Amino acid sequence: MTDQQVQNKIKTEEYFINMGPQHPAAHGVLRLILTIDGEIIKNVEPDLGYIHRSIEKMCERDSYQQIVHLTDRMDYLSSHINNEAVCLTVEKGLEIEVSDRVKVIRTIIAELTRIASHCLWWGVMGMDLGALTTYFYAFRDREMINDIFEETCGARLTMNYNIPGGLMFDIHPNFVKRTKDFITHFKTKIPEYNLLLTDNVIFHKRTKGVGIITKEDAISFGVSGPVARGSGFSSDVRKHHPYSAYDRVDFKEILFTEGDTFARYQVRMMELWESVSIIEQLIDNIPEGETKTATKAVIKLPKGEFYQRVETARGELGVYINSTGNKNPYRVKFRSPGFSNLSILNHISKDVMIADLVATMASFDFVIPDIDR
Amino acid sequence: MSYFSDIYKGIKTLLTGMSVTGGYFLHARKGAITQEYPDNRETLKMFDRFRGEVVMPHNADNRHYCTGCQSCEIACPNGSIEIIWDRAVDPATGKKKKKIDKHIYHLSMCTMCGLCIEACPTDAIVWAPNFENSVYDRSALTKVLNQPGSSVLDGIED
Ligand code: SF4
Ligand code: SF4
Repeated sequence: MTDQQVQNKIKTEEYFINMGPQHPAAHGVLRLILTIDGEIIKNVEPDLGYIHRSIEKMCERDSYQQIVHLTDRMDYLSSHINNEAVCLTVEKGLEIEVSDRVKVIRTIIAELTRIASHCLWWGVMGMDLGALTTYFYAFRDREMINDIFEETCGARLTMNYNIPGGLMFDIHPNFVKRTKDFITHFKTKIPEYNLLLTDNVIFHKRTKGVGIITKEDAISFGVSGPVARGSGFSSDVRKHHPYSAYDRVDFKEILFTEGDTFARYQVRMMELWESVSIIEQLIDNIPEGETKTATKAVIKLPKGEFYQRVETARGELGVYINSTGNKNPYRVKFRSPGFSNLSILNHISKDVMIADLVATMASFDFVIPDIDR
Repeated sequence: MSYFSDIYKGIKTLLTGMSVTGGYFLHARKGAITQEYPDNRETLKMFDRFRGEVVMPHNADNRHYCTGCQSCEIACPNGSIEIIWDRAVDPATGKKKKKIDKHIYHLSMCTMCGLCIEACPTDAIVWAPNFENSVYDRSALTKVLNQPGSSVLDGIED
């Protein structure tokens, strides 16, 4: 008998293993039930709910000012952008227009948040694939952004700096200088990131051609953010439905067509440059103006439905508020990017190795509290 | 042949990466940002706006600005603040006036959202930069913010 015939004769049995909820290669409490045949994955079933805090239900209890701080705890790496989404929705309902100053500051901080989030992702992506060094370099640069946040907002991660109608207080006098220092510093560091990881042949072998998402699949599964743009699906909310100050800045939407893990990686790396360019365009001319548009102490939205979407570091976040005219919303729903992106994981992980699943998941940049809420 | 060129490229890019880390290794003292906490406790200065815990400043005469108006209690999303208030006769006008008895703050439940401080009409409560809040017993995190025997400054109205 030839080797092939022997192999065909040996029957292997499929079996289940759990990846997570506590797993070093999963970024949080996500449990994946893998059906595997040897090293080959046959089915991936995500099991959610390990960090469900019923944020949507809590929103029905809270006033509109209080909802904002809950969204910090969804996608904590884009906390400012989440806050902004809720504030924009409430402002839409109240039909108030915030000043240009607020719009520009919100945009700058949102882009800093995006850089911080992508830095963390880059470090962790390297770490998932066995390159521990990237983590330290990414965290060194992210630290500078956290300092900017701490000085202006008072907190490093869960900032709660936005309020319906503007910002809680004005930016710190050092904000502009610190941000410029960071941009100068960071522009010399992105090429270093590329030397460390992007150009590495071992990294290419692990990521190229792994976890391919076609454009059709990306659209039909509702994938958004860098994951969708890695498959050539133009979905940047900042570009298609500009909010805050995105209509007055010039930036490119990064698109790659390969749809593999490496394409998603490149999208995020290029987005770092775009975010840097957006901040550079805005930082020198923050307009003067009010940082708060006065709202009533008790905000009551008119009866009706309000929806606003924003682009977080992970993709499209939609905030839906259904109001009956009371001081609390009747129903709040968050369309979180992580949840929709997770839905495609099973589709693209059939007949791949377990190690490839780890690489694919790293390129999805999941934040589990965002999936569970 | 591609087998050997792969090995060659692998080693080459590995060395490229190591040249970055090597550069930092040789200039290890330049731009080091590690803080030696807790050894630097004396010199460690947090940012002015840092949200550590909510406190109520008192002046030298043990007077504060809190009128007991309960705005902070209403603003708090998770019930971290409880106001126990009383009515007392105001000697100036002879009328009964609301006054604070206890301003109870549950640090263990606080999410550092800052809404209470925004809501306070008299700026009676502020952020303090203390972040060393680990204790053995949860009850140590329930604090009464107004000091015993303190009273509101004259002329503070909400
Ligand atoms: S900071 Fe927020 S959670 Fe904490 S006591 Fe004030 S309102 Fe409540
Ligand atoms: S701390 Fe401020 S808001 Fe709270 S009861 Fe006192 S005066 Fe009112």
